[in-house]
Amino acid sequence: MALDLDYSVLTPEVIKTNILPGLYYSLELTFVAMLGGVILGTLIALMRLSSKPWLQRIAATYVDTLRSIPLLMVILWFYLLIPSGFYSMIAGSFGENHRPEFAAVITFTFFEAAYYSEIMRAGIQSVSRGQVYAGYAVGMTYSQCMRLIVLPQAFRNMLPVLLTQTIVLFQDTSLVYAIGAYDFLHGFQTVGQVYNRPNEMVLPAAACYFVLSFSLSMLVRRLQKKIQIIR
Amino acid sequence: MIDIKNISKWYGTFQVLTDCTTTINKGDVVVVCGPSGSGKSTLIKTVNALEPIQKGDIIVDGTSISDKKTDLPKLRSRVGMVFQHFELFPHLSITDNLTLAQIKVLGRTKDESIKRGMKMLDRVGLSAHKDKFPGQLSGGQQQRVAIARALSMDPIVMLFDEPTSALDPEMVGEVLDVMVALAHEGMTMMCVTHEMGFAKRVSNKVIFMDAGKIVEDCASADFFGKPEERSPRAKDFLSKILQH
Repeated sequence: MALDLDYSVLTPEVIKTNILPGLYYSLELTFVAMLGGVILGTLIALMRLSSKPWLQRIAATYVDTLRSIPLLMVILWFYLLIPSGFYSMIAGSFGENHRPEFAAVITFTFFEAAYYSEIMRAGIQSVSRGQVYAGYAVGMTYSQCMRLIVLPQAFRNMLPVLLTQTIVLFQDTSLVYAIGAYDFLHGFQTVGQVYNRPNEMVLPAAACYFVLSFSLSMLVRRLQKKIQIIR
Repeated sequence: MIDIKNISKWYGTFQVLTDCTTTINKGDVVVVCGPSGSGKSTLIKTVNALEPIQKGDIIVDGTSISDKKTDLPKLRSRVGMVFQHFELFPHLSITDNLTLAQIKVLGRTKDESIKRGMKMLDRVGLSAHKDKFPGQLSGGQQQRVAIARALSMDPIVMLFDEPTSALDPEMVGEVLDVMVALAHEGMTMMCVTHEMGFAKRVSNKVIFMDAGKIVEDCASADFFGKPEERSPRAKDFLSKILQH
């Protein structure tokens, strides 16, 4: 059997109703998980670098645990363990009807926080002790010193790495097929099933993921060069 | 103004400071010198509690630094400090470097802090560079900005931790000039430095340290003028440093 691929089913109408909503969701999921993950990750990094052993312990356990479990299992667990009442509580009936989509956002935020926290930890440690001294010496409190002096520098130093992790995150979002969330890949699969063209749909899906991820990494590379000059 | 009372400090089991006691009065210019590793930098960092002490106490303008109730950030905001490696904030412009702590710590308005900051920047002769970033300035210029940053907070005393040690030789002068002018205006200063010329001309008191102890604590006229009265360790140090 030769490869006779037929893409005639991909009409603008089909793309609009089936593919684009999936793409929007994938991008949304990536963006929210990145934002939440970086914020939560930064807090965990600060806990890990604090002088209180019990805070360090909690943060280390969190990071080590999540980094030792395959993402697919974490997605399934979060989906099965969070009661449906939780979703109706945060988003009413909309939340109840989109349980997988909401579960995925929560899962990815918490899961990615573990990875972002390690990046932020390295970033915070890349800022010299003297900068912290200088902040304290002009009368700043710990939180002012972190917010105004250390974190802005840590963030800038780590921006390329944070974005690279976000590209990985974007690709990983395709794993939400396991709980049936309607993402980009799911959109292509749906079209493939409805119009009986399952094989054809794999290729454009892969191509789209490639184009998006590749252009993002190009962007990161340019950013890296720019930051090098500023320093 | 600053009363250092019998302080000791350990890093683990290693004792870096042993029973150090001295007093700095208003208007004093005190130079702390001694061989490297003698605890000079550690001593000066204990004055504003950047380095905690395990024994003894320091009273800064009537406030004890080891008292649990002391608001350390508030105390530090009244003590200016200049570091060996400048430690300007590299992600902020010179103007923001000068105004950040005034606004966030002292609660001054933006206009007020810019006015104050610019006055200090003018004093160190760098007004033209207000919109640049620290990385665009030379070491000497950065250190002068760092002095201006500390002065913008209207400190009651200035601490200098080897302010010229990381500079190219030709830039040492410009920083020392600023410090000399400051001393002549009556600013209370404590300086860890190897610049013996500065110590001789400007300071009124010299503290000589060795192995974490204060070995000499005397008027600078005596320290440089009467070498025969000095301890053997200080004599040795002086003979080496004044040879050239």
